[in-house]
Amino acid sequence: MDLLAFFDIAVLDGTVRLATPLLLACLAGLFSERAGIFDIGLEGKMLISAFLAAAVSFTSGSVWIGMFAGIFASVLLSLLHGLASITFRGNQLISGVAINFFASGITVVAAQSWFGQGGRTPSLSGDARFESIQFPGALTRIRDINKADLPMKVYSELLSGHTIIVYMCILIVPLVWWILYRTRFGLRLRAVGENPGAVDTAGISVVRMRYMAVIICGVLCGMAGAYLSTGLQAGFVREMTAGRGYIALAALIFAKWKPWSALGATLLFGYLQALAIRPDILERAIGIRVQTQVLDALPYILTVIVLAGFVGKAIPPKAGGEPYVKER
Amino acid sequence: MTEQSPAIELKGISKAFGPVQANKDISIRVMPGTIHGIIGENGAGKSTLMSILYGFYKADSGEIFINGKKTEIPDSQAAISAGIGMVFQHFKLVENFTVLENVILGVEDGFLLKPSLNKARKELRQLAEEYELNVDPDAVIENIGVGMQQRVEILKALYRRADILILDEPTGVLTPSEADQLFRILGRLREEGKTIILITHKLREIMDITDTVSVMRRGEMTATVKTAETNPSHLAELMVGRKVLLQVDKAPAQPGEIILDVKNLNVTDEQGVHRVKDVSFNIRAGEILGIAGVAGNGQSELLEVLGGYCVATGDIFMNGEPIDLTGDKSDGQSRRERGIAHVPEDRHREGLILNFSAWENTAFGYHKDGKYQKNGVLMDNAAIVQDTAEKMERFDVRPPNPMLAAKNFSGGNQQKIVVAREIERNPDLLLIGQPTRGVDIGAIEFIHKQIIALRDQGKAILLVSVELDEIMSLSDRIAVMFDGKIMGERLPDETNTQELGLLMAGVQGETA
Amino acid sequence: MNKMPNWADTILVPLLSLLLAAVISGVVIALIGHNPIYALKLMVSGALGTSTNFSYTLYYATNFIFTGLAVAVAYHARMFNIGGEGQAYIGGLGAALACLYIPWPHWTLALIGGGLAAAIFGAAWAAIPAYLQAKRGSHIVITTIMFNYMSYPVVNYLLNGPIKAEGMEPATPSFAAEIALPNLSAILGTFGIAFSDRGPANFALVIALLACVGVWILIWRTKLGYETRAFGESESAAKYAGINPTKIIMIAMLISGALAGMMAINNVMGEAERLVLNAVEGAGFIGIAVALMGRNHPLGILIAALLFGILYQGGAELSAELRIPREMVTVIQALVILFTGALDNMVRMPIEKLFLSLRRKEAK
Repeated sequence: MDLLAFFDIAVLDGTVRLATPLLLACLAGLFSERAGIFDIGLEGKMLISAFLAAAVSFTSGSVWIGMFAGIFASVLLSLLHGLASITFRGNQLISGVAINFFASGITVVAAQSWFGQGGRTPSLSGDARFESIQFPGALTRIRDINKADLPMKVYSELLSGHTIIVYMCILIVPLVWWILYRTRFGLRLRAVGENPGAVDTAGISVVRMRYMAVIICGVLCGMAGAYLSTGLQAGFVREMTAGRGYIALAALIFAKWKPWSALGATLLFGYLQALAIRPDILERAIGIRVQTQVLDALPYILTVIVLAGFVGKAIPPKAGGEPYVKER
Repeated sequence: MTEQSPAIELKGISKAFGPVQANKDISIRVMPGTIHGIIGENGAGKSTLMSILYGFYKADSGEIFINGKKTEIPDSQAAISAGIGMVFQHFKLVENFTVLENVILGVEDGFLLKPSLNKARKELRQLAEEYELNVDPDAVIENIGVGMQQRVEILKALYRRADILILDEPTGVLTPSEADQLFRILGRLREEGKTIILITHKLREIMDITDTVSVMRRGEMTATVKTAETNPSHLAELMVGRKVLLQVDKAPAQPGEIILDVKNLNVTDEQGVHRVKDVSFNIRAGEILGIAGVAGNGQSELLEVLGGYCVATGDIFMNGEPIDLTGDKSDGQSRRERGIAHVPEDRHREGLILNFSAWENTAFGYHKDGKYQKNGVLMDNAAIVQDTAEKMERFDVRPPNPMLAAKNFSGGNQQKIVVAREIERNPDLLLIGQPTRGVDIGAIEFIHKQIIALRDQGKAILLVSVELDEIMSLSDRIAVMFDGKIMGERLPDETNTQELGLLMAGVQGETA
Repeated sequence: MNKMPNWADTILVPLLSLLLAAVISGVVIALIGHNPIYALKLMVSGALGTSTNFSYTLYYATNFIFTGLAVAVAYHARMFNIGGEGQAYIGGLGAALACLYIPWPHWTLALIGGGLAAAIFGAAWAAIPAYLQAKRGSHIVITTIMFNYMSYPVVNYLLNGPIKAEGMEPATPSFAAEIALPNLSAILGTFGIAFSDRGPANFALVIALLACVGVWILIWRTKLGYETRAFGESESAAKYAGINPTKIIMIAMLISGALAGMMAINNVMGEAERLVLNAVEGAGFIGIAVALMGRNHPLGILIAALLFGILYQGGAELSAELRIPREMVTVIQALVILFTGALDNMVRMPIEKLFLSLRRKEAK
């Protein structure tokens, strides 16, 4: 047993990388669901953005243009979801399912047609990808890091060497919290997910608020997807989101729709993912071999336990999932 | 000096929802600094009228004048700017928000909340002093009582500079002492020159607080009078109307054994409101007990308890045997097995499944009945269709097509489907709520005859209706419910609408 | 009053939705530089052209019948079971365990035993979400999604460990040859009909057709089905009639899970004759599209499943001939779900208006 192994720098470093897309998608879901629109289409929006970001980055040579393209695609799907669930008062869950399938299919079809490499984009390099940002004085070579003392390890591996999106993410949680709880927009957003009738009688357009929310959701999902293909990895491969949209959804429930808790939940789930890649470290930590599949399943098991209300009830926004119809 | 212009004047407001005329050519004038009551039964069109005034609906025709000026109110925003505030029956509050947050929602001063919250906090303090509207500004709505929540609604309106305040059934959820507090507040508001419209179906409130009162019935405004110049029984008459009294031929009742015996029944709903208070009564074979009362005074809950789907405490005996009120066996099925049939008050929500065909609805609740089964496992659909066709014939349901979905029948024919289903089970006890609500004259007569015929077969019948005429002409005994209690029992020959009206208004024995 | 005639509701609206999905799919194919009409011809001939191809089409359709029925049964109680994928996967595990560890003397007994195991495993995987919905109000959609994702590591673990066959591949050993289900060509052969024996269609198709009949009887001919539909239509009315909500939710979901699990008769017992990773291949999700398109009626589901079978097999042809990836099928499937499900009102409202104005004209 070596419990300290749980805090292995490489695993923690992996946690930060893997938690970043989860956090962005989770906050995306937070905006949508806080406004009363259930969104199980996070996965699809991330996927389409991952593809378009990689494709446009490769074609244009600029990762920034790529990311904006990714965000654009994600927002389009958000608007489709809005059209179905806000304007036409359709079933929000079915719409989300459709969006996930659409993204899953269209990305491969388009990638094949565009690049002819079997449903993937070519590898990205140089300006077509988000490069790691090295802090001054940070060690870059693994060999050097392994030899360094602990503070230097933390500085070089855990703190330094991430892409700009990861660092932006550090600011995004307080920002979301601030918007949600300290601004007029946040107040109205939360209100429209709890009691759209209150918002409507206060003379605010429910439809407009909800569209704003799904658009923000699209932007954040777009960032998450772009990060996957241009930051975390160098290029798009089919189904590269690998269920992250659903894990983000699980994290959102786990966090009870609160921004700071979302950070905690996505870090936890990111940690589990990072640990699953390094079963050797887990074995060192607890002394027995654990199937990595247990770690794969853990986020979902934890979420079901939370959903069942055994550890504090997860109460979703009251008006979630229901189209708003003016009552008499 | 010219005459002061009214705070609100409505001229010729009409509004139809499809074929239903919810408001017909309604005109009223409400002077500033007065409390004006609008009274009428459920569905009389009061709420529709106020929703038009608050910009929820657009009137088909008619004009609105605010302080003498013609005003268009296309949406709630316009109503708010015209100085109209509304307290809805179901509060429009965000439950997990604080009082302050609810108050500023929609009228924030800028992008940041802080300045708005500070301003509102200060203003709320002033309003509290001015109108005795004390509320903790930082309390979360779901943690405070309904009385407090209602104050928040009033504060919301005042914070929006409302001079005209509309309250829709404000005391429906309040305890009597909370209601008294509310009336004190309304009195203060009147003193400060605010104009108040109070929508209610409770006569006592109208008499207690209003200056003038309008009565609505079936979408029309039937009268507007000064409160001081009227009395509750007169208003009750205006409310329930004096439609052509349908003559029901019936022989005197010949009561037999006690079929249903209810003792000390109490119902508390999920919100913790005490709906039925210590109610006791019995019904004998071959008699009709009519329960009169304005809607919402516990009659619905009483029917639900007897029908098996509302939890209660107390004792109920059916043919001398106790009925389980709380256990797993207390459901609609077990009640039917005990010989209780039930025509529920709301056929759309409960009595029928609108998307089911007439024959499927005929089996509803009795789908486990042996005569609807074959081979032990399957339902004998052909037998049900056959049975339905015969029932439709006997009850003159039109069109007599068992395959047609319930939603495609008219109200009267829908009700006949339900009544046929329940009466033809030959129950020992028939519960029947609002038997003729939304039913045309012809069907009313038919259904009344069926009820009498069932009584004459020696069955016990519990009739709940808000139509006083119906109660008067069908019942052998009349009990009046008010605020969850039975105010008293009368014999139809020995009472009149005035006396019942008073009992319905909660006034006991003063003129009786 | 009916806003539009019945036939418009059950046939015209789905047909228009389908047409919209088809048109947009055509646009996508045109955008990636192919002729949509040619692609359509290719798909149809690829799916129906030879009896081997048709056998594949029927094989896929069999999967979709099971998962489509699963979604439909739950939906009649207004439960949106999105967990067919996981239930079918775990059902496959049940079938595999039964076929591997019990020495069935004959394929008919293996069919009963394995099918039962598949149904029980599938139902068990639906049981917890059902219970949580009925008793604790946990949203069935979210919990069934979570159970989908839990099923992958569970089977993944077993296929890499306890029940793994020798060799590199994460899969169980093959089942005994004696318990292989008869191929469709063998079945049709007994009736003297010649059919290719190179395709995967097998006896499971017969079971799927029986399941259609069974579900039809269940939903429209039994007390339980009656109560399920009543509960789904109106909870308040169901309460009045004395129908127990917990019972209905549990039973509907268990049957739903069992049907999804029974897909294993086709893909695990009938075709692969062993359990492999990702054996369900998305059929659980396609069940959603099939049920939506089939309006939750077994006959509709049968037709929709066949259509998706054609789409699937035809999609394979597209990828072979035109190098359009098979994922094109996923796109079409998404569009079908979108138009027949989420955007239903968009298609429906104009038609309703049309019929209303037609009726008004008639009245005049």
